[in-house]
Amino acid sequence: MIYNTIPEGTPLNGKVPAGPIEKKWQSHKASIKLVSPANKKKYTVLVVGSGLAGASAAAALGELGYNVKVFCIHDSPRRAHSIAAQGGINAAKNYPNDNDSVWRLFSDTLKGGDFRAREGNVYRLAELSMAIIDQCVAQGVPFAREYGGFLANRSFGGALVSRTFYARGQTGQQLLLGAYGSLMRQANTGKVQIFPKREMLDLVVGEGKAKGIVVRNLENGQIESYSGHAVIVATGGYSNLYFLSTNAKNCNASAIWRCHRRGAYFANPCFVQIHPTCIPVHGDYQSKLTLMSESLRNDGRMWVPKKQDDKRPPNEIPEEERDYFLERKYPTYGNLVPRDVASRNAKTVCDEGKGVGDTKRAVYLDLSDSLKKFGLKYIEEQYGNLFEMYQRITGEDPYRVPVMKIYPALHYTMGGLWVDYNLMSNIPGLFVLGEANFSDHGANRLGASALMQGLCDGYFVIPYTIGDYLAQTGAGKLSIESTEFKQAEKEIQESVQKLVGKKGKKTVLELHRELGLLMWNQVGMGRNQKSLQTALEGIPQLQKEFQENLIVSGDANHWNKDLESALRLWDYMELAELVSLDALNRAESCGGHFREESQTEEGEALRQDEKFQYVSAWEYQGQGKTPILHKEPLEFEYLKPIKRSYK
Amino acid sequence: MKNCNFKLLVWRQKGPQEPGKMVAYTVNDISPDMSFLEMMDLLNEDLIKKGEDPIAIDSDCREGICGTCGLVIQGLAHGSKQKTCTCQIYMRDFKDGETITVEPFRSSAFPIIKDLVVNRSALDRIISKGGYVANNIGGAPDANAMPISKETAELALDASSCIGCGACVAACPNSSAALFTGAKISQYAHLPQGSPDRKKRVLEMAQQMDKEGFGNCSNHGECEAVCPQGIKISHIAKMRREFFKASLL
Ligand SMILES: Cc1cc2nc3c(=O)[nH]c(=O)nc-3n(C[C@H](O)[C@H](O)[C@H](O)COP(=O)(O)OP(=O)(O)OC[C@H]3O[C@@H](n4cnc5c(N)ncnc54)[C@H](O)[C@@H]3O)c2cc1C
Repeated sequence: MIYNTIPEGTPLNGKVPAGPIEKKWQSHKASIKLVSPANKKKYTVLVVGSGLAGASAAAALGELGYNVKVFCIHDSPRRAHSIAAQGGINAAKNYPNDNDSVWRLFSDTLKGGDFRAREGNVYRLAELSMAIIDQCVAQGVPFAREYGGFLANRSFGGALVSRTFYARGQTGQQLLLGAYGSLMRQANTGKVQIFPKREMLDLVVGEGKAKGIVVRNLENGQIESYSGHAVIVATGGYSNLYFLSTNAKNCNASAIWRCHRRGAYFANPCFVQIHPTCIPVHGDYQSKLTLMSESLRNDGRMWVPKKQDDKRPPNEIPEEERDYFLERKYPTYGNLVPRDVASRNAKTVCDEGKGVGDTKRAVYLDLSDSLKKFGLKYIEEQYGNLFEMYQRITGEDPYRVPVMKIYPALHYTMGGLWVDYNLMSNIPGLFVLGEANFSDHGANRLGASALMQGLCDGYFVIPYTIGDYLAQTGAGKLSIESTEFKQAEKEIQESVQKLVGKKGKKTVLELHRELGLLMWNQVGMGRNQKSLQTALEGIPQLQKEFQENLIVSGDANHWNKDLESALRLWDYMELAELVSLDALNRAESCGGHFREESQTEEGEALRQDEKFQYVSAWEYQGQGKTPILHKEPLEFEYLKPIKRSYK
Repeated sequence: MKNCNFKLLVWRQKGPQEPGKMVAYTVNDISPDMSFLEMMDLLNEDLIKKGEDPIAIDSDCREGICGTCGLVIQGLAHGSKQKTCTCQIYMRDFKDGETITVEPFRSSAFPIIKDLVVNRSALDRIISKGGYVANNIGGAPDANAMPISKETAELALDASSCIGCGACVAACPNSSAALFTGAKISQYAHLPQGSPDRKKRVLEMAQQMDKEGFGNCSNHGECEAVCPQGIKISHIAKMRREFFKASLL
C-alpha cells in the first residue's frame, strides 16, 4: 500500500438537522416519514448482533410490528460481549442533586472525546440517556439502590458528578438480560426469528442498496443467504485486532470489514481505547486480558514507587516514597481522569523504570485507604466480584493486601463504520449501531458511555430513523436469487475452500499473536511517523506469511473454530493496515490517539484543530490499494473546542 | 511453582449422531499460571500442527460471565473449585502428573454438537415463555417513581446473576433445569415489576421446562454446589411456591 500520498474524495455530510441543539432530535423526529402500523408487517429487517445494540433494536422493531431476523455468533443471543461490561451506565438523571444535566453529560462526553465527535449526535445521546434508565428499571433490571429504595450512583472518569447507574460489577449482564428478555418475548410471538451460531461473512448490495447478508452456519459449515428491506449491523468492536484485549474471544471485525469491502466507509479506525486498569500480561501463552472496572478508581489510588527498580512489597514502601502520579499531575480530577490520560501516565512511569512486578510493566491500584475508611463490607459490596476475579487470575488475594497490580490494555474501539445522524451508513439501507459504528465518542470514550450508546441506538433512535428509510424505499419482494447473492456465496465458498486444510507451519493463533504484538508496539499508546511506517511495512509480511505458511485444520462441514479464526484473522490483517494508515494521516494527538510528534511541553496530547477537525472516513479500493479519504468536517456551535485539561 | 505435566482423558465425538469415546492426550511443561482453557488451546495447537482434528470447545469472555464455556472436569461441572466457571480455572489447582478427565455438559436436552460443545437452546426457549417483564419499550415511568428496598434489589440481583451456562442441568442426576428456571422466576417474584404476569410466567416457563425434556427436581442440591454464581436452591423453593399459588388461585 502506498502511504505517502493519500487520495482525497468528496467531503461527507453527517446530516445533523438544523436548529437549536436541544430541539434537533425533536424536530427531526417530527419531519421524518412513518410506516403505518398495517404496513410494518410487510417489511423484513435483518439485525446482525444481539449485544445491547442489536438486541434492543430487534426487540423494539419486533414490538413495532416489523418482521425481524436476528443473527449472532453465540449459541444464545444472551452471550454477546455486552454481557461482560462491569462498571455501569451513565444517565443525566441528576438523582444525587449534584448539578448534573443533559448539558453536562453532553459537554463531558464531547470534551472527553477531545472534540472529535459530532455535536448533534452527542447531544441526542445525553438527552435520551434518562429514558434508558427508566426503560431498564421497568424491565426489572436490578440496579443498585440506596437504603431508602432509590437508585444509587457512582462516579466514573472524566466527570465531576456522580451519574453512573450500576448492578454490582455486572451491569452489562443485567442490562443485556433485560434486552434479551424483551427479544425473547418477541421471539415467542414470532415477530422475531433468531439465528444463533451464524457468522456474517458478507453484505449483499444491489441497486446501490443493502439487500441482505450471507452467513456461515458455524455448526455445519453451510453458507446461507438472507434478504431483507434493511440490514442493521451491531457486531461490536475490533479490539481483538491487537490479539490481547479485554474483549471476548469471539469479538471480531469481520462483519464490519466485509461491509467496508462492499463500499461502507470506515471512520476513524485509529481511535482505539486503551484502558488503564487491567490485569497485566503474564506469559506468552496468555489468551486474553481481564479488565478491572474503572469503578475501582472511585476508591482506589494509582501509584508507583518513587525510586526506580524498587523491589520492596507495596505495603513496605512508606507513604513519602510513593508517587501518586495522577493525583500529583491532575489535582482536580485525580484518579478520575479519563482513560487515555490515565493509561498514558501509567506507561510513562513504567518507561521511567518505576514499574512494579516481575515484568516491570505494571503500576499499583491501591484500595487500602478506602478499606480503612469504609470497612470490609462496603468494599465487598462494591467490588466483591472484581476482587474474586483478581484472585482467581493472579493467585493473590486483594482482601489480604488491597493493592493490585494493573496495566493498560486494549479495550474499546471508538472507530467503526461511518453513519449519519440516522445511523445509516453511506450504503442506503445499511444501518450500524453500538460499538460497530463510529458515532458518539470521538477520540476517546468516557467510562459507562458505551452501554448508554448501545441502548440509545437500539431502543430509541433506530425505531424512528429506520421507518424514514423503509417508508421511502417500499416493501418490494424479497429474494436471494439475484446474481449479487450468488456471487457473494461463491466468493465465501472459495475463501473457505482455500483455507481448510492449509498445510503451512504457523497456526492461526501464532500469527494473530504476531500481528497483535506488532500493532501494540507500533500503533499502541504512543505512535509516531516511524512506528507507523514500521507497522505498514510489517503487516504485508504477515499477510504473506498468512497466504504462504498458515496451517488450518481441515473440516469445513463441522464445528471448526480454527477455520472461523482464520477467516477473522485475514480481515484483521487488512484492517490493521487501515488503522495504521489512519494514524499516520492524523498527525495530531487527540484522545486515545497520541502522536508523539504532537504534544505540549508537559507531555499532554496536542490537538491541531485547524488541520484535523474532521472525521476520517475511508473508502475501500481493493486489497493492498490505498483507500480514498473522505472528510466530514466537524463544526462546534455550542461547545467551542478548548484544550482538554483535567488538572 | 514449576511447570507441570498432565494426562488428559477427553470426550471426542465427531457430530451429533456419531458415537463418542474418551481419548488420552498428554500435555507437558504447563505453567501453573495458565488457565485451563489456555492449556486446552495449547493442546489444540499441537493437534493442528500434527494434522489431527483439534478438540471442539466453545468459550468467549474467559471472565466467567458469558456462560459459553462449560466442561465437566474430573466428573464435576466446571471442576472442583466452588463458584468458579471453567474459564476461571487455573492449572495451579492441579497436581503435577495428575490425570484429568474432560467431558461435555451432558443432558438429553443438550444434544452434543461436537466433542465438548453442546446445544443449550432449550434454555432460551424456557426464557421465551416468560423470563421478562411483558412491557413494551417506551413510556416507562421515572425510574425512581417506584422505590424498591435495597434488600429486595440485592435478592433479585442474586437470582438474575445466572449466566445460563447449564452446569446445574449437567450436575443434576435428573437433568433438571429447576435452578435455571427458578432463578429467573424468583428474580421477578421479588420485584414489583414482575407482579402483573406472575402466574402466567411460572406456569408457562414450567411447562416449557417439561416439554424440553428436562427432568424433575428431587432436591439433590447438586446444582447449587456447581453453580459458578453461587445461586441458591432457595430459588427453586420460591418457584414452587409461585407455581402452587398460580395453580390454586
Ligand atoms: C470487559 C469489558 C467491560 C466493559 N464495561 C463497560 C461498562 O461498565 N460500561 C460501558 O458503558 N461499557 C463497558 N464496556 C464496553 C461495552 O461493553 C461495549 O462497548 C458494548 O457492550 C458493545 O455492545 P454492542 O451491542 O455494540 O456489541 P456486542 O455486545 O459486542 O455484541 C456483538 C454481537 O454481534 C455478534 N456478532 C459479532 N460478529 C458477528 C458476525 N460476524 N456475524 C454475526 N454476528 C456477529 C455477536 O455474536 C454479538 O451478538 C466494557 C467492555 C468490556 C470489554
